[in-house]
Amino acid sequence: MSKKLKALIIGPGNIGTDLLMKMQRSEWIEPVWMVGIDPTSEGLKRAEAMGIKTCATGVDGVLPHILEDDIRIAFDATSAYVHAENSRKLNELGVIMIDLTPAAIGPFCVPPVNLVEQTKNLAMNVNMVTCGGQATIPMVAAISRVQPVEYGEIVATVSSRSVGPGTRVNIDEFTRTTASGVEQVGGAKKGKAIIIINPAEPPLMMRDTVHCLTETTPDQAAITESIHAMVKEVQRYVPGYQLVNGPVFDGNRVSCFMQVEGLGDFLPKYAGNLDIMTAAALRTAEMFAEEAANQSITLPARG
Amino acid sequence: MNLQGKKVTLHDMSLRDGMHAKRHQISLEEMVNIATGLDQAGMPMIEVTHGDGLGGASVNYGFPAHSDEAYLKAVVPKMKQAKISALLLPGIGTVDHLNMAKDCGVTSIRVATHCTEADVSQQHIMHAAKMGMDTVGFLMMAHMVSPEKILEQAKLMVEYGANCIYATDSAGYMLPDDVTARIGLLRKELPKNIEIGFHGHHNLGMGIANSLAAIEAGASRIDGSVAGLGAGAGNTPLEVFCAVLDRMGVTTGVDLFKIMDVAEDLVVPMMDHPVRVDRNALTLGYAGVYSSFLLFAKRAEEKYGISARDLLVELGRRGTVGGQEDMIEDLALTMAKEQGLI
Repeated sequence: MSKKLKALIIGPGNIGTDLLMKMQRSEWIEPVWMVGIDPTSEGLKRAEAMGIKTCATGVDGVLPHILEDDIRIAFDATSAYVHAENSRKLNELGVIMIDLTPAAIGPFCVPPVNLVEQTKNLAMNVNMVTCGGQATIPMVAAISRVQPVEYGEIVATVSSRSVGPGTRVNIDEFTRTTASGVEQVGGAKKGKAIIIINPAEPPLMMRDTVHCLTETTPDQAAITESIHAMVKEVQRYVPGYQLVNGPVFDGNRVSCFMQVEGLGDFLPKYAGNLDIMTAAALRTAEMFAEEAANQSITLPARG
Repeated sequence: MNLQGKKVTLHDMSLRDGMHAKRHQISLEEMVNIATGLDQAGMPMIEVTHGDGLGGASVNYGFPAHSDEAYLKAVVPKMKQAKISALLLPGIGTVDHLNMAKDCGVTSIRVATHCTEADVSQQHIMHAAKMGMDTVGFLMMAHMVSPEKILEQAKLMVEYGANCIYATDSAGYMLPDDVTARIGLLRKELPKNIEIGFHGHHNLGMGIANSLAAIEAGASRIDGSVAGLGAGAGNTPLEVFCAVLDRMGVTTGVDLFKIMDVAEDLVVPMMDHPVRVDRNALTLGYAGVYSSFLLFAKRAEEKYGISARDLLVELGRRGTVGGQEDMIEDLALTMAKEQGLI
């Protein structure tokens, strides 16, 4: 019997397609279904060409096949507005939901920081925060695991081409969700997030700055070591994750300057902000699969 | 140029754009005194916010001496006739900040985006317009794209509910013809009930000339700041502009001698450095770089030994936009490494 968990992707857009391409290389997750709402969508055609079953009638259309195809994991790459319903319907059938929308109804998951915890608890819905959160929260956590962080601030600069209409129409959601992630997962007492969209051509690579104010004088050696170790952890699933400069120490301020280059699967390499989301989502699903294979968690029973 | 008989609404920026030049450290007392002086001089609109807008308080842009809320609560009740506005940059400030400003008595909100990214302003403009505020769409770094692109983006903001659109020369890069082309096209194509505004910086010494060009092309709101206190080489100095407009027969409702006194007696003595076209401010205008980068580049020069001018030119070459202050230290570190300084 294969150790792979079978998966469903909701949303055949750029994110869904990139996720599918990454999943086809996975040792732990097997993509089975791609779900959309438009039968003429390019994304569904691409998925079909890649040998994936497709359904153009939304999540409802695929519900009858969940048990017969033994689908265990779903990735939602649609929007916050429809996510809650998608999640409810699939959770009822025992499918773990990995949420790439900003809905954030489940706990936040940033793989190198708290993935183990989320899988051990068998959270049935985990949220991937935001692209800016995935790129920066590991650094905040790397500092806060050394000593208390009074304040954590992140600045994500992304190319205009990589920011979709969903993010644009509710950009406050990005800043709020990311700031809460900096607090809840990063461990900063207070979090702040800023996003800058840059239209330069050729498009700029995603870059992120992390500023933390520690409560007491920063232990420079310990923080530097912790940051380098954390960068390596992120590089396990995003090889193009790079500490360009820093950590810079200035009084109680610790700053890191990061760059995120994507793998260039379906999304262009400059869109590291999108790549880190799909890579983190897949890494999360793989962890559930590994834990299930080790029998350290038990997936919901099926007849 | 004949502007005889035109009427213009002036909007003072010294207590918002001027916050950049003061590293956001203006005291409550200074803020109240200057605003009161301007109010008495007949200034119709005064902006009061962190230099980077509502919610700008941060490591990245600088923590202010007081919160936006504290400044607004101190200034608004003292105003006899002036309207207080606030700036908001989506991605930095949120609708929550906007609500706070409204509760403090702010009646005019200016929602600012980079000149190609107007669609991130939808939720803020819609919300402000729904609350009945004077709602302004503020297109920054307007020199970077064509007049046609500015018009396209302005139309989005109008569709969301803005009743006034600004073409903003954040880098102080534009020449009068650039202003004429942008403001002229906006005035020609946008509905008559939509006001057009211009916000200049004086980095190439063109603040006054550009503002005149804007009025001639159809702008009815002009930003400037008393004594020019603003980012880079500052904004169009309003006392100078008032004198020029007076000579040209343009009505502003501002008392020239009173605003001259506010500039000389209150604002100039408060400056940390002379706000003028010095080498680095000139570089901003020449290279087309966001004006508030000035002091950050100077600090990076002191810390890492890379000339501020070299930093600013490189930032211009890379097409940086407003808000990317974090790029300055990052770039200085990279250049210092390349040059073997660290």
